[in-house]
Amino acid sequence: MSTLAQRLRFGPRLRFGLQLFVTLAACVFLVAPVLMSILAGVTRNYFIGIRSGLTLQWLAQVWELYRQTIYLSLQVALTCVAVTLVIGVPAAYVLAKSRSRLTRLVEELLVLPIAVPGLATGLALILTYGGLREFRASWLFILVGHVLFTLPFMVRSVLAVMTTIDLNTLEEGAASLGASFRQRLFGVIVPNVRSGILAGALMVVTLSIGEFNITWMLHTPLTQTIPVGLADTYASMRLEIGSAYTIVFFVMIIPLLIAMQMISGRRRPARIVETADAGAARE
Amino acid sequence: MNRHARRLALLIAPAAAVFCAFWLLPMVRIAVLGATGPRGLAAYSAIVTDRRYFDALVSTVALSVAVTVATVIVSGIAGLFLARNRFPGRGLLTAMLTLPLAFPGVVIGFMVIMLGGRQGLIGDLSQHLFGLRIVFAYSIGGLFAGYLYFSIPRVILTMIAAMEKLDPALEEAARSLGAGPWRVLRDVVIPALKPAIISSGAICFATSMGAFGTAFTLATRIDVLPLVIYTDFTYSANFAMAAALSIVLGVITWLVLGLARTLAGASAAAAG
Repeated sequence: MSTLAQRLRFGPRLRFGLQLFVTLAACVFLVAPVLMSILAGVTRNYFIGIRSGLTLQWLAQVWELYRQTIYLSLQVALTCVAVTLVIGVPAAYVLAKSRSRLTRLVEELLVLPIAVPGLATGLALILTYGGLREFRASWLFILVGHVLFTLPFMVRSVLAVMTTIDLNTLEEGAASLGASFRQRLFGVIVPNVRSGILAGALMVVTLSIGEFNITWMLHTPLTQTIPVGLADTYASMRLEIGSAYTIVFFVMIIPLLIAMQMISGRRRPARIVETADAGAARE
Repeated sequence: MNRHARRLALLIAPAAAVFCAFWLLPMVRIAVLGATGPRGLAAYSAIVTDRRYFDALVSTVALSVAVTVATVIVSGIAGLFLARNRFPGRGLLTAMLTLPLAFPGVVIGFMVIMLGGRQGLIGDLSQHLFGLRIVFAYSIGGLFAGYLYFSIPRVILTMIAAMEKLDPALEEAARSLGAGPWRVLRDVVIPALKPAIISSGAICFATSMGAFGTAFTLATRIDVLPLVIYTDFTYSANFAMAAALSIVLGVITWLVLGLARTLAGASAAAAG
């Protein structure tokens, strides 16, 4: 508070004003269309505007037409978390324990699916496994794409916590008390990296629900996730339905985003930023 | 020791297997496929020799550079403001600026339509003010707005984090020695932020190069590289060319990210 007051009184007002203007303008640019699409989704006729009245009919229609995409997105996201946990947490443990050249290389390789555009990953998967009819037609094909794309986030999130705790001492202590490896893993290691697992899981769910570039290449008319359905609606339905469907997406994604921000607020923010943003596969 | 090593190998095996089977192998496969089409190995040089692909490359790079520069400037200013001032609602403002982090490209395309489409906010405002409806969503302006939309939230977080580490006393010292605001910015603030600018700028550039969903939703006539790849694959069934272009695009984004990490690391070490 005092800094603000000081600046207003003594500081170079123009510079302050300019900074404030840019910040607010950026904020309006990012938030205004979100609010508009929410409004459009509950307006009877958006062309006429609010005076045509508010309605839930578009949301009802979205539920009628695209319910399946919501179920599939949740199914893929939750399975994706389970898979990335089962294969990602042990991988992070190995990367934390061994700092050899080989494990460095593995760490670099695992991140590749987020360093190249999702379109390329999707194309590669479809050209390699597209011939396997059953696999191609099932939701597992989409799951594979999502696991590739989210695994680095889970591994990094858990690894970040593992490198801040003294893993070796903890393990040696438990081992000297006669704990087997399995007991050490589930009784000592996992509880100590809970925060990393939680942050990683939240990120995996969020990214999976929002994934489009890979999924668009991999989907079939019977395996559509929410972003695929959204692309379909934007291209072929009236604006109000597209907006209502976008509201559904917001309702699912925004609580996850807020939860992620709350967690990252308690931890070192820089690290979260790194894990949240590294990579080119997103948009 | 042996038992220990075996255990580690066993623990990383599932992740390694998934990665090799579903990413590495398919990538190698399309890399080979790219060289075995009608053009042969020349498919890989088509991006510079073929007019259509080269034009797409040039416009994608130009767009990505422009977006990166604009994003770094806007996020730098807003980040500085948010890092330096404490006021009620600051947390909310930061949260709003990072809200689109989890939006997929398609949704961002739709946000641009909401702003600059035929029933968009900016059209409504310009109609009201000047009697002229401005529609830019489906032009290069729309792509620029969309890419800016997904870039600002990423860069701004890095900027705030970097600026919070920057000691205001350094700026005070420069100012008391007679440096004007631009000198302080040029000689103190920007050098201190260099690692953050390089790394977040590279992420912004690489994301823009590979962006597909936004361009797909806006369905512009401007051919950005990912759209060209998609069109070649889906409509022309030109699998070899699509594969070669994907590999080229992947190598570009990977190199940019890798280079930036090296540079940012080096200048962070130099600064620290």
